[in-house]
Amino acid sequence: MSSLTIKDLRKSYGPVEVLTDINLEAESGEFIALVGPSGCGKSTLLSIIAGLESVTSGEVRIEERVVNNDAPKDRDIAMVFQSYALYPTMTVRENMTFGMECRNVPKPEQKETVERVADLLQIGPLLDRKPSQLSGGQRQRVAMGRALVRDPKLFLFDEPLSNLDAKLRIEMRSEIKKLHQRVGKTTVYVTHDQVEAMTLASRIAVMFKGVLQQYDTPKEIYERPRNKFVAGFMGSPTMNFLDAKVVADGDGLGLTIDGGDGGVLPLPTEKAAGVKPGQAVIFGVRPEHFNPVHAHRGDPTARLKVLVDMVEPTGSETILMSSVAGQSVVASVEPDDAPREGEAVELAINMAKICLFDPATELRIS
Amino acid sequence: MAEAATHQEFDPLATGGTRRRITSKGIVYGALGLFALIYLAPLMIILLNTLRPLDDIVRTGFIALPEAETMSLKYWAEAWGTFCIGGTCEGVSRFYKNSLMMTIPATVLSTMFGLLNGYILSKWRFRYDGVIFGLITLGVFMPQQMTLLPWAFVLGKLGLSNSIAGLVFVHTIQGISFTTLFCRNYFVSIPDDLIKAARIDGAGFWRIFRRIILPLSPPIVIVTVIWQFTGIWNEFLFGTVFTSGANQPITSAIVAFSGSGTGERHYNVEAAAVIMAAIPPLIIYVLGGKYFVRGLTQGAVK
Repeated sequence: MSSLTIKDLRKSYGPVEVLTDINLEAESGEFIALVGPSGCGKSTLLSIIAGLESVTSGEVRIEERVVNNDAPKDRDIAMVFQSYALYPTMTVRENMTFGMECRNVPKPEQKETVERVADLLQIGPLLDRKPSQLSGGQRQRVAMGRALVRDPKLFLFDEPLSNLDAKLRIEMRSEIKKLHQRVGKTTVYVTHDQVEAMTLASRIAVMFKGVLQQYDTPKEIYERPRNKFVAGFMGSPTMNFLDAKVVADGDGLGLTIDGGDGGVLPLPTEKAAGVKPGQAVIFGVRPEHFNPVHAHRGDPTARLKVLVDMVEPTGSETILMSSVAGQSVVASVEPDDAPREGEAVELAINMAKICLFDPATELRIS
Repeated sequence: MAEAATHQEFDPLATGGTRRRITSKGIVYGALGLFALIYLAPLMIILLNTLRPLDDIVRTGFIALPEAETMSLKYWAEAWGTFCIGGTCEGVSRFYKNSLMMTIPATVLSTMFGLLNGYILSKWRFRYDGVIFGLITLGVFMPQQMTLLPWAFVLGKLGLSNSIAGLVFVHTIQGISFTTLFCRNYFVSIPDDLIKAARIDGAGFWRIFRRIILPLSPPIVIVTVIWQFTGIWNEFLFGTVFTSGANQPITSAIVAFSGSGTGERHYNVEAAAVIMAAIPPLIIYVLGGKYFVRGLTQGAVK
């Protein structure tokens, strides 16, 4: 059963359309991530689901009921805000009971619920403190606690981790994941961080300029991005895009890099479907699909000679900032295999993992 | 948040040698002390005159110390209870009561309306709310004398002429411009997310106002109360124009002192009355002054 359905949703502020034809649906218990760069409309979409902003046209359903004109309180949702939005004059306990108080939940039940959720989140000792006496991570927990006391149909998270420092962010990320596994509620999670989206979500909705670019599982989004934007947005370092041309290569087809030395990169048959010799394409390769030739990890027949301009060791991997025929190529390799700056090296490409895009439409061909 | 002070914005110890420090301290204390003296001298002189018999004031002039053997507090008592103003010998006490009856309700009402207006204008935005806010705050810049005639007309129509209730009405309405301006600008700094969170929690307009906005409001309530209380208490024009005789507030009544018939000016009694009239605003300042500047300059939520 789908617990959230968004159909042909549009939102405009005057003449400016901020959301165009959004179609989404979430199965019960699913974890959906809305991801995109700032200004892509993801937060507006979340506000619309919450009922904090109105719908221009289209439909929002929560468990089959159209909620377009329902007030936020009647939608049976709970939301965690980026700023946490804890009521500053109330204690943690009062913050958590405020919603139940508004819904006239009897006092003993309020107390019981608060204790259960405080146990779950381990915030018991904080219950009588004010938000100003809490650390960032504690506030984050309390904000989740306030959402959890509700037992709603839908959890909404608006960039909940972006105010935390890097270490705490990773900790809280796995806690959110654990929590979701325990509670099992349908969740919509807005983030600009593609790593958060990949790690948490069962399905990711990538948005750009008010348009839903792709809505799929993390694996599909990563391996089979629908267009160049999705391919470039998901993954870090970002995917390389090289202008190339399809050429005949023996029985099959191959690629030559524009302005390169004319070396042919043979295309596997499944990638060659849909292109013909002479066609211009954008050749997309993720940095981790390059390998120094002697490492024998990629297909040794597909080799690209690059000039290494800069080397960035991160410890677990080494990033090569290099170029081929004026086009930049970023590759990540094993630190032990890394060449030195200024060296010209041959990199093997794992051709099974590449993407080809149409230069005009930027859609993925194969 | 409870953070230890690990740095100082301005360190006065880092401004040069000992000699320079002593000279600059001397200049600062000297100059500011002089200004304080200039401001406080009138208060001092009036205060001393309340203790001196009339013939002493007439003989030695206004600026002199009271003599130990003639010094007395009875002029205070006279000013409060027995001095004759306009043929009635009840002192300023009944006008004092008038002023309180006018100032307290007008302050409370205008503050309440200001809080409500500010809440709506900052948190429940609507089309043209900026225009309406602009129109309300225009009242801040409106010269008082310009409103005299319209108010006289309105009070006449409402049957509130020459009454304390009429003055409460006028001061409440006039005060709303100020209180709305203060409260709206203060509430703008309360994050909208709090309101959104409360709406999702199921709270409505009034519950959000009562449980979230009002608990954050003490600093701005103190500001508007001080502002309104002192402004309305010290106000003179409306009191003089719209009331007369027994219904006047104290500011207008004190003026009636000078024309109170006997021909002789009772400087000592007048001085005592003036100081009495100045006491309530002074108390309000002393109690709330600490919060006044803070409320004006600080946002609601850090």
